[in-house]
Amino acid sequence: MTSKSKWLSAPYVLWSVVFIIIPLGMIFYYGLTDKTGAFTLENITAIMTAEHRKALWLSLLLSLISTLICFLLAYPLAMILANMKVSQHSFIILIFILPMWMNFLLRTLAWQTLLEKSGVINSVLTFLHLPNINIINTPYAIVLGMVYNFLPFMVLPLYNALSKIDENVINAARDLGAGSVHTFFRIILPLSVPGIISGITMVFVPALTTFVISTLLGGSKILLIGNVIEQEFTQASNWHLGSGLSIVLMIFIILNMIASAVFDKDGEGGIL
Amino acid sequence: MRNAARKVYIALIFIFLYAPIVTLMVLSFNASKTRAKWGGFTLKWYSSLFQNRDIMEALVNTLLIAVISSLAATVIGTIACVAMSGMKRRTRSVLLGVTNIPMLNADIVTGISLMLLFISFGFRFGFGTILLSHITFNIPYVILSVMPRMKQLNPSTYEAALDLGASHMTAFFKVIFPDLLPGILSGFLMAFTMSLDDFIITHFTKGAGVDTLSTKIYTEVKKGIKPEMYALSTIIFVTVLLLLILVNTAPGGKNDNKDNKEQ
Repeated sequence: MTSKSKWLSAPYVLWSVVFIIIPLGMIFYYGLTDKTGAFTLENITAIMTAEHRKALWLSLLLSLISTLICFLLAYPLAMILANMKVSQHSFIILIFILPMWMNFLLRTLAWQTLLEKSGVINSVLTFLHLPNINIINTPYAIVLGMVYNFLPFMVLPLYNALSKIDENVINAARDLGAGSVHTFFRIILPLSVPGIISGITMVFVPALTTFVISTLLGGSKILLIGNVIEQEFTQASNWHLGSGLSIVLMIFIILNMIASAVFDKDGEGGIL
Repeated sequence: MRNAARKVYIALIFIFLYAPIVTLMVLSFNASKTRAKWGGFTLKWYSSLFQNRDIMEALVNTLLIAVISSLAATVIGTIACVAMSGMKRRTRSVLLGVTNIPMLNADIVTGISLMLLFISFGFRFGFGTILLSHITFNIPYVILSVMPRMKQLNPSTYEAALDLGASHMTAFFKVIFPDLLPGILSGFLMAFTMSLDDFIITHFTKGAGVDTLSTKIYTEVKKGIKPEMYALSTIIFVTVLLLLILVNTAPGGKNDNKDNKEQ
């Protein structure tokens, strides 16, 4: 097959160059030039202006909180699922992919109906004589939207990593006298690291860069870095500034990629 | 006791994931036009849906783009996997690294990078640009689900087929393809789902006048979502649900399950 691989790979190599490499090059070109085409770093240093810095800081904060919540919710869940019978494997994956068949914007909008002052959740809370929650159009609602949308991307890699752990290894640890806590921290947790890293990447990056969730659940007042970039492209038409800010955003994404390359060499933590 | 706690936990997560979906389904039967109050049960949105040309057009666009882009991505991705299996280790890891870029990169960055490409090279924004973008972000899903299957293949069977007089084409379709099929199918389904659910990349690469369901919903957010949208998404969701139940209970579905188990 070796002789054939050159021309067999041609379509995909060509496709990746035209639609992946060159477009990324375009961002760097626009981000590092001004409207006259002269080289400048202004679009990058623009991140330091008060407005942009605030947006980036808020994005980082909310996405880190969401990632942490996703991890804390997903890990016990993945452990429970991984201990179930093997025949349910595809069914479990299905449960988490199925919601994607309802439009993502509508699903997020539905949280408005659920969270509103006189919404579904508050009606239930009133009925149970519990205090109402009032988080719509606040950063809390954005975090909830992020956790809701990206939780499956944390659960699936964790589930994959945990269900691959050989039960004999765990049994061996028990036989050798390790308690549940000891087994968890010395055996299960280290063996699930590829899944953890992959899950963190898959939640953190979309959460950091979203502009939709903040638009739908945060009212129009809360600006994340994604909103700022989106507005530069669709409303302000300042592609140079938008590209410059995207480059800043990519620094965080690349740091994340490096981390996942270091910890997950064989790509074991995939969601499939 | 521990078992009960586990079940409660799963149930809570399940409610969290599916509460918005149930909400949307309920809203599709709501006679009142606003989301905020319940105006009684009605089926009128389901009948007016099919008279709404805008929504029907967006639906056709969405489905066409999802079908064509996932098919194209499946063909390109599968061929790429076959090609990569014959490559040197280093070349392959470079190519796989590039493949990972659209997966790991933020959708907004992928979206604007493609937008800048299309602008710079004078593409006319519309159906075509959306399609090219969707193929681009769909290929990695195909490659990532076919590649593990490719690694499990025994190259001697292919060579044996050639020795026994099969042409390259026959050997591929009779020997390699059947082994790859489960991976190809799951890659295709994943790509189709991602294409259908995409908003961000479409938002940046669509032109004026062309809409998919996602972009249509986004423009309606400020004016208020038309209740027909809830009806349509309920129909889509229930259709998929029924199809999946059918596939999983049909006799052919069992083979599929067995294949998944092996992965």
